[in-house]
Amino acid sequence: MNLIAKAKPKDYKSSVKPIWCPGCGHFSVLNALTKAFAALGIDKDDTVLVSGIGCSSRLPAYVDSYGFHGVHGRGLAIAQGLKVARPDLTVIALGGDGDGFSIGGNHFIHACRRNVNITYIAMDNEVYGMTKGQASPTTAADWDHSKLTPHGPGVRPFKPAALALASGAPWIARGYSGNPNQLARLIAEAVEHPGFSFVHVLSQCITFCPEQTDWKAVVSEREAPALTDADAAASLFLHENGFQTGVLYNAARNAWPPEQVERQSTDITEGFRL
Amino acid sequence: MAGTELSIAITGAGGAGVISVGELLLQAWAKEGGRGLLRKAFGPQIRGGESAALLKLTETERYTAASQYDVLLAFDWNNFTRFGDEIRIARDALVICEPACDPPPEVLAAQPRLLRFPMARLAADTHAEGRVNMFALGLLGRLLGLPLDSLEQLTLQKLKAKPEAYRHAAIACISAGTTQAPDCELSLPKMGAKGAWYMSGNQAAGLGALEAGVRFVAAYPITPASDVLEWMAGGLEKLNGNLVQAEDELAAINMTIGAAFGGVPSFTATSGPGLALMTESIGLAVASETPVTILNVMRGGPSTGIPTKSEQSDLNIALHGLHGDAPHLVLAPLDIADCVFTSGWAVNLAQGLQTAAIVLSDQFIGQSTAVISEPLRCESQVAGAQDNDNDYLRYRLTDSGVSTLAIPGDADQRFTADGLEHNEKGTPSARDDDHQLQLAKRARKLTTYNYGNAWARVQGNGQVALVCFGSASAAVNEAADLLARQGINVRTVSLRLLAPLQREQLTAALEACNTVFVVEQNHGGQLFQYLRGMMDFNQALHSYSRAGPVPLSGHAIATAVAQEVTV
Repeated sequence: MNLIAKAKPKDYKSSVKPIWCPGCGHFSVLNALTKAFAALGIDKDDTVLVSGIGCSSRLPAYVDSYGFHGVHGRGLAIAQGLKVARPDLTVIALGGDGDGFSIGGNHFIHACRRNVNITYIAMDNEVYGMTKGQASPTTAADWDHSKLTPHGPGVRPFKPAALALASGAPWIARGYSGNPNQLARLIAEAVEHPGFSFVHVLSQCITFCPEQTDWKAVVSEREAPALTDADAAASLFLHENGFQTGVLYNAARNAWPPEQVERQSTDITEGFRL
Repeated sequence: MAGTELSIAITGAGGAGVISVGELLLQAWAKEGGRGLLRKAFGPQIRGGESAALLKLTETERYTAASQYDVLLAFDWNNFTRFGDEIRIARDALVICEPACDPPPEVLAAQPRLLRFPMARLAADTHAEGRVNMFALGLLGRLLGLPLDSLEQLTLQKLKAKPEAYRHAAIACISAGTTQAPDCELSLPKMGAKGAWYMSGNQAAGLGALEAGVRFVAAYPITPASDVLEWMAGGLEKLNGNLVQAEDELAAINMTIGAAFGGVPSFTATSGPGLALMTESIGLAVASETPVTILNVMRGGPSTGIPTKSEQSDLNIALHGLHGDAPHLVLAPLDIADCVFTSGWAVNLAQGLQTAAIVLSDQFIGQSTAVISEPLRCESQVAGAQDNDNDYLRYRLTDSGVSTLAIPGDADQRFTADGLEHNEKGTPSARDDDHQLQLAKRARKLTTYNYGNAWARVQGNGQVALVCFGSASAAVNEAADLLARQGINVRTVSLRLLAPLQREQLTAALEACNTVFVVEQNHGGQLFQYLRGMMDFNQALHSYSRAGPVPLSGHAIATAVAQEVTV
């Protein structure tokens, strides 16, 4: 153990300088994350950040904990394998909307279903930034700024919270890069939740979606307590505007895997001897 | 010499219990000190398709698939004919069948001793719930001279979860089969071996991995690898390890990488299509230097191919399937017992050299069950890197290429593992010098390591060499015996370590040879092309490659070699 007495958020930052554009929402997420770590007194040596590929997935290198920057879309799989093998660690997966909901979509729904005790922070800017501005699964159907889809993607965007709920996620929150103090509280609560916790972060891309600066006018903090009833949550997630922040859903569900029972026999060859 | 061998084929509909008959016969045979192999052949259907228990009773543990059968017991002829060329009847074979239907012409052509026996009726007469397969078990047990009480004991053990009436019916039918069996002379192999184990290659590979310390497995079902994973699920429970059933192979390999990053030796098993899905992330294991072992139980390809039958056609993807320069380990177990050794060796090497190891087993050795002596274990461990520097660098450039591997929880050695090219610290870097140095480091740790004698099994000293890998070894050594009888002295080299290729050792093993045959079970001559590309040969080089699903035959190999050599 390497507890840092009264660690400050900046103590959790590494010396690596982020490659993000000035004004990128992900800076706020990084600040909120380190602020949450400081609030929780997180042990750097016992914490692992796992990510896939994309602008947001660069984040682990900027934090002074253990980290794994994997391949595109598979961060959740790495994180779950790690947590099952090493339940003593604090494991946080993070990445972007393309990484998590497109190429990694299958892992997302199964991570929600499996309910391993990890936190997943999806930094959603509705665009593939690292490949220079293509539509993602959360891009509006009529967003026509990409040469790849000059008339807009033309298909309905995913609603990540609804998808998470339908897949069995027990704890769902939404934050906003423009409100890092609230986001820090949400992340701290997510890490402490004893199961899969999903933090959907509206994190603006100033470079390819400058119109997202308008989000600050529509984002609101939801004042009601987290819903515990799945029907009520389904109704909320299907009909809301997607800009309400806070802990939106919190249902009690046992995490997987259950604790192991010590076995009587450890002889794995007994069945082979005639 | 292999001594006397007796091959028995039992065929019927899937779910009719022919495999159970084969298993119980072989177990009873082993208890008397016999040796033998049970190969299982299926059609693609799960129930109602064709199914065959293909037994080969032997005097040694060199297990090839039988090229023809001395005894055939067919519950019906429809299912038998679906196997086509796969089950050929020896001249004068004993053929046991129901009286109602005539055997097909290809069976009659062998002029067999035909024993028309109303097995179904006699089973029904014996007991209201009597099953014909148990009657056949008694009948065949009697022909092999197996004690009735041993057959009964093994059957009761197998059926211990079944209702009392079911077990009673089974015992009654076995007993009836034994008493009503006609007298038939069969030339039986000698018995007398002691201390038998009974296991499949898939179980053996799982055992080798767990004994080498694997405590995490991620699994996605695929034929013919699912039974490795199923066996490991039980084994891991006993060892307080974990198995996760993943949502797909992409998740399986990445979960394996995640657990390995946590310092827990990790493993997954799959077959061709699954390996194809995993290749991107196997490259991640190579680049991030995370130790993982992937067992690939090869089946007929490409694409869905022939999922239930064996082939050695994934050598190319195992060697060359990763993008970029991604040096990794490729190994192949030589037989069922060797699956324990090679799987364990792969885990030890992957752990010690901090890379990915792909183990190429196949359906033939994976799903066949054999009577073997207690298998040899791999004891060799790779010495860990010594890093006495105060400043921890995860990817430090060392002479051996191996750097100290910290795991989460280790104090003050925090780093971020990365598939991006990185510097010694692990920080992403696109610099020329970092790329050159890290590429060279990852290559160096595999090429400078001393793999010892286990790289291949070399037998004989003839001037003609047969070179093969993995499960082809048994057929190749059978061919060597057959050629020796014709006065052609042969040596065999069965490669266990395919990458990195041990060129110097292989060249030395081929010294004084004038002719080399590269033998493999695939269409394109994948090993042949690999060896030609990697080495200069002084010898005349020939390719013998024949795709599945029919197993490689020592006789066919010997014929081809003899033709070439005696011209």
